[in-house]
Amino acid sequence: MKRLPPIAAALVFLSACEREDREFRPSPVAGEGDAAIALSSIAPGPGGTEMRADTGKAYEENAYHLSEGKRLFTWFNCKGCHANGGGGSGPALMDDRWIYGGEFQNIVQSIGEGRPNGMPSFRGKIPDELIMQIAGYVRSMGRHVPMDAAPGRNDDLMPRPSEHRLPSSPAVTGGTVPPSGQAPQ
Amino acid sequence: MRCCRPALLTPPLLLLTACSGWQSSLDPQGPQADLLAGLFWVFTAVLSAVWLLTMTALVVALLRRHPARTEPLELNTRPERGMARTVGAAAALTLVVVVALTVVSYGAQRALFSGGEAPLTLKVKGHQWWWEVTYEDPGPSRQFTTANEIHVPVGQPVHVKLESADVIHSFWVPNLAGKMDAIPGRENRLVIQASKEGVFRGQCTEFCGWQHAHMAITVVAHSLEDFERWRESQISAAEPPDDPVRKRGMQIFLSRPCVMCHQIRGTPAAGKVAPDLTHIGSRLHIAAGTLPNGRGNLAAWIVDPQGIKPGAHMPLIKLNAEEVEPLARYLEGLK
Amino acid sequence: MSETALRPHENKETLDTDVTDGELPARLAATWGTAGGLIGALSTVDHKLIGRRYIVTGFFFLVLGGLAAVAMRLQLARPENSLIGPDLYNQIFTMHGTTMMFLFGVPIGEAIAVYLVPLMVGTRNIAFPRLNAFSYYVYLFGGLMIWIAFALNVGADNGWFSYVPLAGPEFSPGKRADFWAQMVTFTEVAALAVAVEIVVTVLKLRAPGMTLDRIPLFVWAMFVNAFLIIFAMPAVMLASSLLILDRLLDTHFFNQAEGGDPLLWQHLFWFFGHPEVYIIFLPGTAFVSAIIATFARRPVFGYPAIVLSLIATGFLSFGLWVHHMFTTGLPQLGATFFTASSMMIAIPTGIQIFCWIATLWDGRPVYRTPLLFVLGFFFIFVAGGLSGIMLASVPIDTQVHDTYFVVAHFHYVLIGGAVFPLLGAIYYWFPKFTGRMMSERLGRWHFWLAIIGFNVAFFPMHLAGLRGMPRRVYTYPAEMGWDGLNLVSTLGATLFVASFLLFLFNVAASLRDGEIAGDNPWDASSLEWATASPPPPHNFDRIPFVTSREPLWAERQALPVVSGLAVDKREVVITTATRALPDLKESSPDPTIWPFVSAIAVGAVFIGSIFTPWAVAWGAPLAAFVIIAWFWPKSIEEDK
Repeated sequence: MKRLPPIAAALVFLSACEREDREFRPSPVAGEGDAAIALSSIAPGPGGTEMRADTGKAYEENAYHLSEGKRLFTWFNCKGCHANGGGGSGPALMDDRWIYGGEFQNIVQSIGEGRPNGMPSFRGKIPDELIMQIAGYVRSMGRHVPMDAAPGRNDDLMPRPSEHRLPSSPAVTGGTVPPSGQAPQ
Repeated sequence: MRCCRPALLTPPLLLLTACSGWQSSLDPQGPQADLLAGLFWVFTAVLSAVWLLTMTALVVALLRRHPARTEPLELNTRPERGMARTVGAAAALTLVVVVALTVVSYGAQRALFSGGEAPLTLKVKGHQWWWEVTYEDPGPSRQFTTANEIHVPVGQPVHVKLESADVIHSFWVPNLAGKMDAIPGRENRLVIQASKEGVFRGQCTEFCGWQHAHMAITVVAHSLEDFERWRESQISAAEPPDDPVRKRGMQIFLSRPCVMCHQIRGTPAAGKVAPDLTHIGSRLHIAAGTLPNGRGNLAAWIVDPQGIKPGAHMPLIKLNAEEVEPLARYLEGLK
Repeated sequence: MSETALRPHENKETLDTDVTDGELPARLAATWGTAGGLIGALSTVDHKLIGRRYIVTGFFFLVLGGLAAVAMRLQLARPENSLIGPDLYNQIFTMHGTTMMFLFGVPIGEAIAVYLVPLMVGTRNIAFPRLNAFSYYVYLFGGLMIWIAFALNVGADNGWFSYVPLAGPEFSPGKRADFWAQMVTFTEVAALAVAVEIVVTVLKLRAPGMTLDRIPLFVWAMFVNAFLIIFAMPAVMLASSLLILDRLLDTHFFNQAEGGDPLLWQHLFWFFGHPEVYIIFLPGTAFVSAIIATFARRPVFGYPAIVLSLIATGFLSFGLWVHHMFTTGLPQLGATFFTASSMMIAIPTGIQIFCWIATLWDGRPVYRTPLLFVLGFFFIFVAGGLSGIMLASVPIDTQVHDTYFVVAHFHYVLIGGAVFPLLGAIYYWFPKFTGRMMSERLGRWHFWLAIIGFNVAFFPMHLAGLRGMPRRVYTYPAEMGWDGLNLVSTLGATLFVASFLLFLFNVAASLRDGEIAGDNPWDASSLEWATASPPPPHNFDRIPFVTSREPLWAERQALPVVSGLAVDKREVVITTATRALPDLKESSPDPTIWPFVSAIAVGAVFIGSIFTPWAVAWGAPLAAFVIIAWFWPKSIEEDK
């Protein structure tokens, strides 16, 4: 029992190191194709998620990656459909409903492969590391990332509380595509 | 062996060479910088004299024959009064020097910031870590955007409007003028003018993050005719490539992540968050003054941006080996 | 008048008049002493013990900040060097500036004041001694916190000035900037506490007879300095609190899109930041005045002029902050006002320099190490002050602002104006602190190495700046032609570092077997030399009675003293503010562990609030509880 506090402290410290890393240069240059996450079926529901175990953690628990994801979310115009996470022609990202699964790898797949009814595929248009940064950021909108790594507010008009102050809620699979986003059947 | 330069052992030589050079405030190439350098030398002369006088007084005070005195409190009133007069005189002299320098400085400031008409206005927007340059024109079709390189006609004042897209930057081309900050939410103004043809380097001088060190801007001063020719070529869209390798390069550019951020006018690439590449082949440097332009450096920059400029927003794009050269050739040819 | 008795009282307590001279020191030492053991050490309220810890801690942070500087110089020695990447370099230069300004520059001046001011004004302890202990622990925790954070890769990386928006939530993810903001809060709480103690000590605890015009110049400088701290520090505490609110709670103080303003940060920061420079420099003038009087063998010439200059410097220093912002596009006429005020401050500073030179002129200089460092101060500081006049000019500033010219300038001012006098001060008061002299031979070596190393390191930076080298760059291209100058700077820095190693060696060696000093080895005139070296816990067996500005020179035989203070309980003499007439006897607090506990509680609140705003809500009752315990009234009989 006596040793517990020092060990706990050490763990906190170690996690702090990784949380604050700025990993500018992704792992060694590799050709396109050997993606970390496999293709999946396009049916609703979280299917076919093979990925290296801890990839998500590295992106979800790192303040730099999350803030990069936040920047790219705007730069790549994700806001065009998903607004600031509240949803528009695309589904909301800050609620707890996930049509195609709310785990990190599901979101990576959704961005990479695209989804029916309007979500384009960005594989090849956005480098894999950046997709993972964006996926980590999308997860932060539902506060599925550690609070002290989640991004703060931007120097913009504030449509909603910033990610580290949003309420946390567990991801639930389900939900529907908003009517505006549904293609004519 | 750069470390063994003989200059390092000869400070006088350093002093001599210190006054000229690229990006030097003491090598003025325009009226604003001339005025500033002149003012600098006036201040330096006056203040060096003050320093020498003070040090002389100190040395004299230490070397003179000191009064014979056994007890520290046996002070004599006569020298005390003389000292009081001397200190008073020195203080009065300080006041005179300080007031004179203030007046001189104010005069220069008036001359420098008096404004006036300028035929050419450009908007320079600081980004982490590059400069977006827009040449304003009453006709919207004659307005164009470029990056990291400004061309100006010799002998004409140019108005520079400074803005920022993210954090505070500071625009400084010391051979031409003093610096001015680019602050988000504000617009600052600066006048630059080159009095002869040449290439001048400038650099961001407000700490702006990881690549503050690699945020340079190049100013090229031409004759008016050359400038107009340059401007016409910049207004036009990029010419489509004619040889097959460059065609392939263009295809690679358009099918790869490049288009998400960069714009090449005349192609579907219309990204707005990274430097406009319409005429990148005509520029002297790439990556905000980090590397000289050229096919090799373009390829190096595409293959390893984070090794060259760690933290910059240009991501590593995993291209196949045989894709790099056509892409670099395509970009190189965008004159 | 050899003995002035305070009002006698009709009570049973033992007064020093009831005790023989032989017995008195031991009994007073027992009353004022510090208990042994860890608890005793943490409970002490003796200003000398706290002051000594403060000084050692200050030098410890100097070493850390110096190592950061060495790392930067190594990185910049060659163009395109890849020794340190941008992320680490930004942390290192931030830690260097932050440490030197907040953890060394300000605290070291206060540290020496904490040790010496009560001795110089002839009292037994500093005013509010428990607050003093508290301030030390808060300072220590704040300093350790930011360095531990740095070791864990959470080091602040936005510069010691943390400009927004770069330090704001959008561009500084993670907790790095929050640690910086809270470190500021820690150190400013400590600095404010000490400033209050110094002000009250100087105003109310002076020995009887020490009228305003008999206060040593050292004490005057520290007194003015304390006022500067009291008025300047709240601005930066406010700024750093607004920053952490912006980062943690989504407020918009610095968000221009929601009505905030990034320039607000700069105004608040420099409203503190410029007086800060004088807060670091005024203790330097204190050391210079004390050392010059002793080694020129005469009182400092122009006492009233120097005192008025100090006060004028204090006022003017609050009117210059905008000269850090000349390139932000402020209205030109407004900027000119700040040009004028920035230049005006040369006048009081000049008057002090002229008075000191006049003192040397009329004195009989004795060239011991402390005086050498003061001469080095003149050489370097005057140059730095004059390059400051260039920076005061708006047009010139647009060329040299944020270049290495400014780096050179403020190192000339701060190292010349504060560190050289400080080193002289250590040589000068080391015998008083420890009872042993420092080696004179090593001291001379130290001085010459330091002054040569300093100038070789920093003079080339003027030239690099004029040739266009901006500050805060982690590298530079080879073709810029800055490599030679930078290499020379790095070599000079090596020499400068070597001089500090020699200094540390000298301190260690002299502590062990330095020559025994005696009470007054330099035949100096101020009261700290009237007692033993190191001073006993109660400072003086009997409180001196001051009849002159230079008491130990005026009273060669025996210092007149006052008596009538209690022996078995802690009692100090309170005197009137201007004429220093004995007014009251007041009890001085006993040792207690509560300041230490309070510092831990307050520290926990500050650190916790980096992570969650709830730390303030939960921490406030905790801190309140501890502070209530600290101040819980005990049945002390009323002061007389």
